[in-house]
Amino acid sequence: MKKTSNVADLQAIAKRVRRNIITMIGEAKSGHPGGSLSAVEILTTLYFDVMRHDPSNPTWPDRDRFILSKGHAAPVLYCMLEETGYTPPGKLNTLRKLGSIYQGHPDRRFIPALEASTGSLGVGPSVGLGMALAARLDNSPARTYVVVGDGESQEGQIWEAAMFGSYNKLDNIVVIVDYNRIQLDGFVKDILDLEPLADKWRSFGWHTIEVNGHDIPALQAAFAEAASTKGKPTALVAHTVKGKGVSFMENNPKYHGSAPSPAEVQTALQELQ
Amino acid sequence: MQTKTKFDLKLGLATREAFGKTLAKLGAENPKIVVCDADLSKSTYTSLFAKEFPNRFFECGIAESNMVSIGAGLASSGKIPFVSSFSCFVMNKGFEQLRVNVAYPRLNVKIVGTHSGISIGEDGPSQMSIEDISLACSLPGFTVICPADEVATDALVRAVAALDGPVFLRAGRMKAPVLYQAGREFTIGKAVELTDGADVTIIAMGLMVAEAIRAQETLESEGVSVRVIDMHTIKPLDRDAIARAASQTGAIVVAEEHLVDGGLGVRVAQVVAETHPCVMEFVGIENTYAESAAPEELLDKYGLLSRDVIAAVRRVLPRKKR
Repeated sequence: MKKTSNVADLQAIAKRVRRNIITMIGEAKSGHPGGSLSAVEILTTLYFDVMRHDPSNPTWPDRDRFILSKGHAAPVLYCMLEETGYTPPGKLNTLRKLGSIYQGHPDRRFIPALEASTGSLGVGPSVGLGMALAARLDNSPARTYVVVGDGESQEGQIWEAAMFGSYNKLDNIVVIVDYNRIQLDGFVKDILDLEPLADKWRSFGWHTIEVNGHDIPALQAAFAEAASTKGKPTALVAHTVKGKGVSFMENNPKYHGSAPSPAEVQTALQELQ
Repeated sequence: MQTKTKFDLKLGLATREAFGKTLAKLGAENPKIVVCDADLSKSTYTSLFAKEFPNRFFECGIAESNMVSIGAGLASSGKIPFVSSFSCFVMNKGFEQLRVNVAYPRLNVKIVGTHSGISIGEDGPSQMSIEDISLACSLPGFTVICPADEVATDALVRAVAALDGPVFLRAGRMKAPVLYQAGREFTIGKAVELTDGADVTIIAMGLMVAEAIRAQETLESEGVSVRVIDMHTIKPLDRDAIARAASQTGAIVVAEEHLVDGGLGVRVAQVVAETHPCVMEFVGIENTYAESAAPEELLDKYGLLSRDVIAAVRRVLPRKKR
């Protein structure tokens, strides 16, 4: 893989990833396009610019760790793994099919390079804390990045983890909230509102940054700020658009967990030219 | 086999204390061992490890779910985490995390639940763990262990640390009668035949092993030849020992300080059904929660004494096929 800080290059990757997400979920006829599309720039910036990792050496002890706590957004993670070479090329369209390494939610049994099997919400940050503790014990520079959903933040364990991270001064972990404001049953504000979300993380003792989660330079700056923040963990509240990049999916709760029809795939791919 | 050996059953350490002592020793032997506890380290005796190795001890506070997931993260970064609390809290509040973070990716996390069963006594049912064996055995890939005394605990905690894979080890609050000579070796998955016998087999775990020995001594004096098996590993079961007992004695009583539903007995019964079907009886807690009282009073009221094991033997013997 080629790492890059070049914004145009990262944007080009993001566009390609969006096309792959639409194609693979369309092919699978099930999956979660909305929350995959909202997290594209976050993962692209991490995998191609920010994180220290080496796809040719996935067990490198000092590698940075990534956990997709909102495991239903697996397609965007699978695109990263394929683009960076952790998984073989040309298999994305086996998503959710018998024998595929691309399970419905990330599964380490099929892709050992995954740092965690996820899908049950609310547990990823705690697993990340364990990795952060291990890195500190080993004097390793490894950093841990965990992407959580906004709906997922209704889980109590998220806040158990928040307490633990700041109390233990784990400045080697970053939690990124993909704040796309929609969950399965509808809009977050209509189900169990999280506001004031950034204030919650601040009050739990995390260095908290609000950022446009589709603005790659802003994400790069936020991750750099997190890395230079000592003595406390960082929460990045990333304001995003569910279904970003496909007009009929944007801000539409229907596409939290519905695959596009073949005709919708064609329309979406035209928009993503 | 310790046939004809008299057991003096002198009270030794509680298995929780034996666990804590061995864990602290293991800390010196293996720097990969780390420990998590949830505000109960003085009761689980992980405080002994914490005192020796403060930087490898993680106090998680009263947040068991977070603690179990942290254990998973530590294990995936190469540590050997022992994650400990009262059995009821770590198994029940941490169960989803055990499932998705530990069992599913098959991580090397050691769960040690203390204060198991009803013998915690006065604190009552909210703190009692009578379903932990059932829960732990339902997790694919888990090894499930319940040592009977301080010697077994020391050996099995060491074996657990050396095993690569997820484990649930069940420990008790009460001082436990000593059954074994110090230094005796134990193998995970290999049951111990404490006495040989031809008429009936008693298979027990935890504190019921001593009750089984007491029952055996009484029954032997009446001319009944009793085999007693300490089934310290509940998963994977020692199928050979069970099949041998079924075919050679033709009657089995299983005794456990756990709900009969989903416990050791039903697991043994499965093996019996698959190998040499024979008559069986079950001594355990029947479809109820217990209450507050002194441990001895509870073991009496809920039928977990040698008297109850003897009664089960007397029920099972007439049912044996001639």
